[in-house]
Amino acid sequence: MAPTLTIAPVPTVKAHKGAVAVVSFKAALPPGFHANSNTPTDAYLIPLTLKWTGGPLQADGITYPKAAQEKYSFSEKPLSVVTGEFSISTKFKVPADAPSGPAAQNGTLRYQACNDRMCFAPKTVPVTVALDIE
Amino acid sequence: MRLAAIAGVAAILGIVACSPSRPTHAVVRDTSQRKHAPDFALKDANGKLVHLTDYQGKVVLLDFWATWCGPCKVEIPWFMEFQRKYKDRGFEVLGVSMDDDGWKAITPFVEQKKINYRVVLGDDKTGDQYGGLEALPTTFVIDRNGRIAAVHVGLAGKKDFSDAIEKLLEDRALPAGGNSIRSDGADAHHRAGTHG
Repeated sequence: MAPTLTIAPVPTVKAHKGAVAVVSFKAALPPGFHANSNTPTDAYLIPLTLKWTGGPLQADGITYPKAAQEKYSFSEKPLSVVTGEFSISTKFKVPADAPSGPAAQNGTLRYQACNDRMCFAPKTVPVTVALDIE
Repeated sequence: MRLAAIAGVAAILGIVACSPSRPTHAVVRDTSQRKHAPDFALKDANGKLVHLTDYQGKVVLLDFWATWCGPCKVEIPWFMEFQRKYKDRGFEVLGVSMDDDGWKAITPFVEQKKINYRVVLGDDKTGDQYGGLEALPTTFVIDRNGRIAAVHVGLAGKKDFSDAIEKLLEDRALPAGGNSIRSDGADAHHRAGTHG
């Protein structure tokens, strides 16, 4: 089977109006597989990409995991990849006029995984963060 | 995405079931064990429709690949070499790109690598016909009669391919009308109640 990237549940984030909120979540690939980092070494490779698509907060910068430089049987040069468990953080601005109470911030994480002999179709998985806006 | 979610390559080909995350190195199977290669109609870079049946009577290496697939890029130079080496003996490589971005992604790659064989843009239907294609590269070696003689899922050995091609080039095609590439998805030999 193609490897499935799993995203750990994210605890509810308290967001204060007019302030900054940092949201981090953990994702993981099964052993033996890698995904391109957000800055792959080859223009043809598909980067790890987090997009926030809906919610009351305004994304103000994404911090991707530190890439590993790994050599595979199919590559002459090391590739910039993520493996195993990794974290992605996003800094959000909380609008001063955001409605108080529970809300959700929704996004997607796109990745393309391979092992050392084959590659799998790019996939996009949903990312949802529960918010408590005060 | 042009790749289906579920791999069925093993099912369509009747090969030994194994994890798609492991490469398969199928040997050239006996003629009686070969199944027909489904026909398709896919466009090349010039917009011309290409059918597998266009290659009737030839040994065809049908390579499903994508520009984002690292292992595919290892095999492509081998396939270019095969195209040069065996073309005059009735052999053709046909690349089927499964890139979602289509020719925008494929054309620069083909030009950069100076690919010397025909490349067409694949689609989900064709992927499904060939078992789902969960992993790339997936390469089918098709005999002169349009039957799948070998399949490799994942990066295979160059010699695995060349041995298969050499063997199939030595085989004779069936008499006219005996080609089993069919556009309706049915196996000509099975329909006719015959095998091999």
